[in-house]
Amino acid sequence: MQDLITGSAYVLGDNVDTDQIIPAKHLVYSLSDPEERKLYGRYALSGVPDGAAGLPNGNVQFVPENEHRSPFQIIIGGRNFGCGSSREHAPEAMQIAGIQAVVAESYARIFYRNSVDGGFFIPFESTQRLITEVKTGDDVEINVPQGTLTNRTSGKTYSLRPLGDVLEIIKAGGVFAYARLAGFLKL
Amino acid sequence: MMGMTMTEKVLARHAGRAQAAPGDNIWVDVDILMTHDVCGPGTIGIFRKQFGPTAKVWDREKVVIIPDHYIFTNDLHAHRNIDVLRAFVKEQDLPYYYDVGTDKYKGVCHIALPEEGHTRPGEVLFGTDSHTCTAGAFGEFATGIGNTDAALIMGIGKLWVKVPETMRFEFEGPLPPYLMAKDLILHIIGDIGVDGATYRAMEFSGDGVMSLSIEERMTLCNMVIEAGGKNGIIPTDDVTEQFVKSKTVKPYQPVADDPDARFHSVRRYTTADIQPTLAKPHSPDNRGTAHECAGTKLDRAYIGSCTGGKLNDFIAAAKILKGQQVKADTYIVPATTEVAKGLATTMLDGQSLTDIFLQAGAKISQGASCAACLGGPSDTFGRLNKSEVCISTTNRNFPGRMGSKTSQVYLASPYTVAASAIRGEITDPREFL
Repeated sequence: MQDLITGSAYVLGDNVDTDQIIPAKHLVYSLSDPEERKLYGRYALSGVPDGAAGLPNGNVQFVPENEHRSPFQIIIGGRNFGCGSSREHAPEAMQIAGIQAVVAESYARIFYRNSVDGGFFIPFESTQRLITEVKTGDDVEINVPQGTLTNRTSGKTYSLRPLGDVLEIIKAGGVFAYARLAGFLKL
Repeated sequence: MMGMTMTEKVLARHAGRAQAAPGDNIWVDVDILMTHDVCGPGTIGIFRKQFGPTAKVWDREKVVIIPDHYIFTNDLHAHRNIDVLRAFVKEQDLPYYYDVGTDKYKGVCHIALPEEGHTRPGEVLFGTDSHTCTAGAFGEFATGIGNTDAALIMGIGKLWVKVPETMRFEFEGPLPPYLMAKDLILHIIGDIGVDGATYRAMEFSGDGVMSLSIEERMTLCNMVIEAGGKNGIIPTDDVTEQFVKSKTVKPYQPVADDPDARFHSVRRYTTADIQPTLAKPHSPDNRGTAHECAGTKLDRAYIGSCTGGKLNDFIAAAKILKGQQVKADTYIVPATTEVAKGLATTMLDGQSLTDIFLQAGAKISQGASCAACLGGPSDTFGRLNKSEVCISTTNRNFPGRMGSKTSQVYLASPYTVAASAIRGEITDPREFL
């Protein structure tokens, strides 16, 4: 687990559901095929309504046309991030697009669990509403051991909630590694 | 020893413990793992990668595979996903696979599971679909998971869970003739919000709930995920047992709340106080009543899905549509092949449901599946491909959920959807009942 995660922020609102993260018509591509899986990156967050795509102004494309990597590495979200369908394609699409961390006020539990168990990125919880403190394109740094997020564009630092019970799974690198440590997998 | 809720008891028993308390992280043994065509291929990919190309599933009797999402489409990727399932089933020799294009084909997994006897009181069911919580209607712990967790279960038959606190919702009094379970759950979600039950179990009880049919109980549990709930659960009674015993001979052990069980909260409702309820665009907690929204113009009405495409849902809609003409384009999608047969064989005053719908001017899907509930490929039956306004018996009205990002979806009971289809605008079903 790296200590510092830095990158450009992409800011979203409340109740961003997994249909917005990866619309259902795209759930047909192979995740096992190294080339085809890039399509998930290409369409990541393509279901977000234009006005809410990259706050505060909206209308910021998350992934440029015909590419599969985003110029943004850190998502800042509001309440209930990742609600709706259990599709693991959602955190995976964000990872394929290059997302390294999400910082939201709260998460829907299946998305949170998928992010941790699949080892796609760390879902951090903020202690205050950051979607009005960070603007899309701001330069952001997460200090994992300190549990802080610094907006290097504004110079302000905010505290994050402790990772709690899931820290062991995150440290292990996902639920398979965790299950091996627990002795359930001999492989 | 501290008293336990139903959910705590099921989880404790499956972890081999006498006690389980909210917040405990425990590994539980899984009774059934269900997957479908959207998440099955990804799950199988992870299973092979982690356990090796020749690995076998932990118990072939406990893995149930139900293709249902993208079936009646020309999308080639979607067809390939079914091929992946088919090859895996053959390789693993799995007995419970309901293949497309065969007599075994079922349709929507959450309705197919109970029809095929895979939902039993006191058990633990995981599925790669968020609406797996539907099966809580059978007094079991059932919840949705992702591909990685499912792949782990496939190999070892276990998964870690955090024991949830239980929120209890009691309904007093039988339902008035114009209400359905959909009105109750939309009312609750309006009260507590789309994250009002996050990480928690939602238990439904009271004589209002226990007077519901098994199908209506499934509607209640289906939508707990729309409040963020981990699972929904309803006590087991004669209604449950009669249904389950008609579908399976497998033994099971029901659970009940201890008298001193502790709840996160208890909310009590009188059913007679509740109005025909709907969720306005674009969130299941954006509550309104059919009366308040009356007159809102509609392009389309949709009756289908795991929450609103069961036989009782179509009987309710037919009661209102009989002898009427729809003004909004109306789409009928039976959840399963069994429901589809029921449309043809169930009579209302001497007329089959199929005839009632066709005479009213509705379109009936040729196949049972999830169809346009979640949009799907652009040629999906009933999909909202432009800025249409739709009233639907489905469970989600997020932006773009049924297709276009510019469409708008109202969620309501089959009564309210049928009444609104006739007028071409939102209509209180009491005007027709």
